[in-house]
Parts: sequence; C-alpha cells; structure tokens
Amino acid sequence: MTSGVDDAALRELVPAVLSVLVRRGADFATAEDAVQEALLAALATWSSEPPADPRAWLVTVAWRKFLDLVRSDVARRNREERLLAEPPSGPTENADDTLALYFLCAHPSLTSASAVALTLRAVGGLTTRQIAAAYLVPEATMAQRISRAKRTVAEARLGDLGDLREVLLTLYLVFNEGHSGDVDLAAEAIRLTRQLARVADDPEVDGLLALMLLHHARRDARLGADGGLIPLAAQDRTRWRTELITEGVDLLQAALVRDALGPYQAQAAIAALHADAPTVEETDWTQIVEWYDELLGLTDTPVVRLNRAVAIGQANGPRAGLVALADVEQTVPRYAAAAAFLHERDGDLETAARLYVQAAASAPNLAERDHLTREAARLHHLMPGR
Amino acid sequence: MAKYLMLKHYRSSSIPGDRPFAPMDQWTPEEVDAHIKYMYDFQDKLRETGEFVDAQALSPEGTFVRYDGPGRPPVTDGPFPETKDLIAGWMVVDVDSYQRALDLAGELSASPGRHGEPISEWLEVRPFLTSPPTVTE
Repeated sequence: MTSGVDDAALRELVPAVLSVLVRRGADFATAEDAVQEALLAALATWSSEPPADPRAWLVTVAWRKFLDLVRSDVARRNREERLLAEPPSGPTENADDTLALYFLCAHPSLTSASAVALTLRAVGGLTTRQIAAAYLVPEATMAQRISRAKRTVAEARLGDLGDLREVLLTLYLVFNEGHSGDVDLAAEAIRLTRQLARVADDPEVDGLLALMLLHHARRDARLGADGGLIPLAAQDRTRWRTELITEGVDLLQAALVRDALGPYQAQAAIAALHADAPTVEETDWTQIVEWYDELLGLTDTPVVRLNRAVAIGQANGPRAGLVALADVEQTVPRYAAAAAFLHERDGDLETAARLYVQAAASAPNLAERDHLTREAARLHHLMPGR
Repeated sequence: MAKYLMLKHYRSSSIPGDRPFAPMDQWTPEEVDAHIKYMYDFQDKLRETGEFVDAQALSPEGTFVRYDGPGRPPVTDGPFPETKDLIAGWMVVDVDSYQRALDLAGELSASPGRHGEPISEWLEVRPFLTSPPTVTE
C-alpha cells in the first residue's frame, strides 16, 4: 500500500471488527461491506492521524458505515429502528468470532472459487479489485461472485459449527494459486493460516501452515531470472530461506507429536525431508516413500500415486519406479512427465524424449511446458544419429 | 476455477447429415434481433454468475504479416476473402469445471437462427494454460 499504513496489520483486525458488527445484530453481508468501507477510510487517514486504538477506531467507523448503508436502504427501515433502539455493549464486544468467520466463508454450500473469494474479502480484508486482479478476471465478475457467495451463506448463522477441512482446502487453494501480481496470494494464504492457527486447535492447521512455509521457503529458488521454472533437483539450495524452513519444521514436529496424522501433515513431512537435504542425491528418499505410503492411506488419489512412483524411482531405482507407475491411471496430469523422467534414468533416452514431447503438449501451464520442451530438446541433442 | 476460450468459427457442422445454417443476411430482421439478444442475454447471465471474463467480436477481414529480413518492412499478404475457417469472435469464461465449460458452449451454440431454430454452430473450447502451482511434489 502506498499510504504508509501497514496494510497487513490493518487487515489483521478485519475478523474481529466484522465479528463485533455481526454480534451487534448486523447482517453479515452489509456488515462486511461496512468493514470494507472502514478499511478504505483507515488507509486514507491513518498515515496522517494514526488512532490510539486501531481496532476501536475501525469498529466505530465500520458501525457508522453500516448504519449509513442500512439507512440508505428503505426496505430495512424497521430493522434500523430496532438497532438504533438497542445500543450495543457488553462482554460480546471482546469475544473472538474469528474461527466462526473462517467457517462461514468456507461454508460447504459454496463452490471452492466462491469460498476463496469470500475468505479473501471478509477474513482477509482485500478489496474486490485486488482479488479480481489476483485471479485475472474483471472486477465486476469478482463482485458478482462475492455477492452471490454472501447470498448463499445469508441463511447460515455466524457461530454455526463449520467444517475445518473446507477452511483448510480454501486456504490451500489460495496458496497454490500461482499467479503473482499486486497481491501476493501465497503470503496472504500464510497470513490467514497463521491467524487461523491461533484460534483453531487442530494439528492439521499447523500441518498446512508448515506445508506452506516449507514451500514458500523455496520460492525464490524455483524461478529463474527469465521467469522459467527451476525443478527441485536443479534449485540452488543456498537460496532456500532457512528461517521459514526452521519455523515449518518446528510446527510440523509439534503437530506430529499430537498423533492425529492428516494429509497436510504428511505432505509437510515430505516437504521437510526435501528441505533437510543439502543436495538431491542426499535426499532421504526411503523416508519420503514411507510418507507417501502414509499419504496414500489417508487420501488415495492418482496424483499421490504418481508422486509416490517418482519417489520410489529415486529410492529403489528407475525400474522399481516404473513398476509403481504401472498402477497409476495414465490420464492423471503429469503422467507422461513422470514416465519420461523414469525412462531417462533407466537409460531409454528414445522413449524418454518421446514422452517429454508428449508431456509438453499436455502441460497445464506455460512454465512446465517450456521446461518439458527443453528436456525433450536436451535428450534429442544427446542422442546420436539425430 | 479454470479459464476456457470459446472460439466462434462461424462454421456449421462438417459431419455428413448436419444442416448448414443460412447466412444471417438471409434471416428476417426479427430473427437477427433475436439472435443478437440471445448473445447479450447469455453474456449478462455469465456476468451475474461471476463466470464472465471477456467477449470480443472480430472483423472478418484480416491481414497476414511476417518478418522479411533486417531493415525491411514486414511482408503483408491478404486479405483472404476465401478463408474457410473464419474466426468471428470469442468468449472467455472462468468456471468450476471442464464440464461447465462444455455446457456453456452448448448453450451458446443453441442461439436462435432462421425460423428461431438453434443454429447449432460448432464452438471450439480450449483451456487456458495457467501459472504453475506452488505445491507439486
């Protein structure tokens, strides 16, 4: 933000402020709009007049904005009078509904795209414009997505017990969205998961946060100067951010001790083993395969089977990897890329090159396609008689 | 969510037995209006559902251009009025599933033509390449 106000610290207050408005009787949809307007007011004025109590300032301004919004809506006249007649106060002002807000925004009745949009706005405090830019859609489209999501959850009550898995999936999707732009979605996902970890007591929350931190630690090393993708094996590991790795590993270890393993902890364990290896050769592939076996037991998906086959190829040799690959559906994305990798290590460059070409043609994104095309070109160049 | 391009080739089916549809200039003005209204309503509906990204119509006449060596102006060729595959325009949607993209294309292809019957034109649906995901292993 250009205003000089600490944007992330400001947005950290959003769930608490929104909770207060809803507890005072405001409907979620209007209260959320009011909080957004209060945020804009804060950005406009705080750099010259920082408030002594930012949270109280936001609550006061958001409540005033809420009343303005209600007043402007004639149909809500009766409700307005009721609200004005009952001045709010009391212990509810300090109750923390942050977790309830996460649940509401990842309500099972929402599609994952709607849950993502609503979470980024109502919990994250991002503007519709910022969210639209991050997801490369017009602002009007994102505005519709958010208002439809609000209508979908209008009947749900803040405080209804929610599904933590839906919340974690929503945050995972935000993190995994590769777009980079004005808003750093990966950093925002980490911020929101950190905030969640403070109010939700579940080792999978810490597992997800650890997973994010361990992958975020590698981000600078993942991208070349030209924006190209650098695979794990070729990354300059001195560029991995050790402070994030340490934090991720500590979180993971504390979570694992609680003996309630889930898929995020298992994935974080795999990421931690990569983070721990000074080189790709020194990676503890045997342990990685063991964690993939755990993951398979928790969530048996073709993607997990595919990644497990590659890990087996590293641990027990390419032949063993190809045997494991035979159990994987060929329709899973990146199947050809995995097969190409294993065949190359097995010495069959001809097959590997053909598969790399095939993998490039079906790559779901440009960076992978470029990488796979280079791999095919490299093998073609190595092969005699071409 | 994933983005898909729905490419309008203004091409009727090449499958034997499929009816070719009559050019728009042979429709009644009311039929033309109904067709255009259908297109706008379709777009409005996508805006309302939060799935609309972009829609553009293209002029039918284009020019081919290529590099022709250092210090020389690019070579142009065309227009090619006989081009069989006329790209008339496109729509980009951001939807939850591939199936949803297919359903929307099917709906767009059902726009009314002569006698108010669906024109059933072929639309080409192609996925956008995305940014790479963060978590891959």
